[in-house]
Amino acid sequence: MTVLFYLSASVAVLATLLFVVASNTVHALLNLIVSFVAIALILLLLGAPFAAALEIIIYAGAIMVLFVFVIMMLHMGPTSVDQERRRLGFRIWWGPAVLALILVAEVGFLIVTGGVTAESGPRPVGPKEVGLVLLGPYVLGVELASILLLPGILGAYYLGRRRREGP
Amino acid sequence: MKALPFIVLLLGSLLTISALLIWVERRLLGQWQERYGPNRVGPGGILQTAADVIKLLTKEDWIPPFADKTVFILAPAVVVSAVLLSFAVVPFGPSLVVADLNIGILFLLAVSSLSAYSIVLAGWASNSKYALIGGLRGAAQMFSYEVYMGLSLMGVVMLAGSFRLRDIVEAQQNLWFCIPQLLGVGIFFIAALAETHRLPFDIPEAEAELVAGYHTEYSGMKFGLFFLGEYLGIVLMSSLIVILFFGGWQGPWLPPLVWFGTKTVVVMMLFLLMRATFPRPRFDQLIAFGWTIMLPATLINLLVTAAVILMNRHDVS
Repeated sequence: MTVLFYLSASVAVLATLLFVVASNTVHALLNLIVSFVAIALILLLLGAPFAAALEIIIYAGAIMVLFVFVIMMLHMGPTSVDQERRRLGFRIWWGPAVLALILVAEVGFLIVTGGVTAESGPRPVGPKEVGLVLLGPYVLGVELASILLLPGILGAYYLGRRRREGP
Repeated sequence: MKALPFIVLLLGSLLTISALLIWVERRLLGQWQERYGPNRVGPGGILQTAADVIKLLTKEDWIPPFADKTVFILAPAVVVSAVLLSFAVVPFGPSLVVADLNIGILFLLAVSSLSAYSIVLAGWASNSKYALIGGLRGAAQMFSYEVYMGLSLMGVVMLAGSFRLRDIVEAQQNLWFCIPQLLGVGIFFIAALAETHRLPFDIPEAEAELVAGYHTEYSGMKFGLFFLGEYLGIVLMSSLIVILFFGGWQGPWLPPLVWFGTKTVVVMMLFLLMRATFPRPRFDQLIAFGWTIMLPATLINLLVTAAVILMNRHDVS
């Protein structure tokens, strides 16, 4: 189990790294999809099959298809690849890289000193339990999310409405 | 590793069945259109697909120089592996299942949503106009139809009280779910047609307007993989319809696998008949149909099912 975890975790990290540095947008998105699948695998290993399935259905299956769709519509050619490559110069990425390195060092320190303790042997959580919790103690959060989605739908409808004559 | 021989057998029979399905479809289409169809290779033409595969394998493996090579090669592999992966949770009999997951339906939805990428990526990587339009159409169709494909299954999940496919079959001991979920089975069948890109939902291919849509630039066995993926998809969707709505392997007298096979073949023939019957709608009609008719119908089905279940429960109230 531990081997599987580290395997999928390293796939996730590597894919995310490739996602950040890729200059071709579609290749970058493909790497991000791989990283989502790896994260879903980690969730599965942690005993959360429901969350793993949702991770793939929502992130890899729906949101990323939307991203790929938009990028296909924009039709990025070789010019945009060149542009992206020039933009990814040293001056741009050293700042975030240093910030990320600080976080990595922090995590490393915590691991070495044994500050990170996951609950030993997590119990598998079935879909039923997740549903009961979501509609029980966390119902307010679910309702807030649906309120957030409603303006999104209305906004999309407003932007996409058919205009009458005139400007 | 007790499951390994079963998996190998399953893969082998799935590939054989989908190859046979191609021949059956071409013969039946021929009969319905008052011509013969392929009847030369082997008895009744049954070896036609084998001849086609040999032809595809010996053809030149051509990748257009303007294509994005990596993604171009990746795209056809995605669809076949996604569909084959889905079969892992399909129960063919009381104990004939590779992985009996407690999130079986969600796993199926997740993996089948990944197969959408093969069309989108093939369209993009080909770097040609027709393929790109096909890919865009495929993506838009997937959005519209996956929403209510998932929702139409929730009625079944509510009735069975489980995401596990074996529990769902066992819950249909007394009554097949196609009776209480009459609307659900209709909606799921239409969504399954859209998911497998069969007529009248083969908008991403649309030979009449887009040459061959997303696989215009493909040739040889890469094209063959798209073809295989489509027919494996039909087998998958037919077995799902049987499992979710028509009692799976259950039936009197005959052994479970025979029942399952018979029911699945009937549904597969229905898929083929749809192709011979319906004209292809316009693209905007298809999307509008999805959002304005199918989605409200699915939601109503869901509401009514939930209300009826709550009304019949005596432990609450």
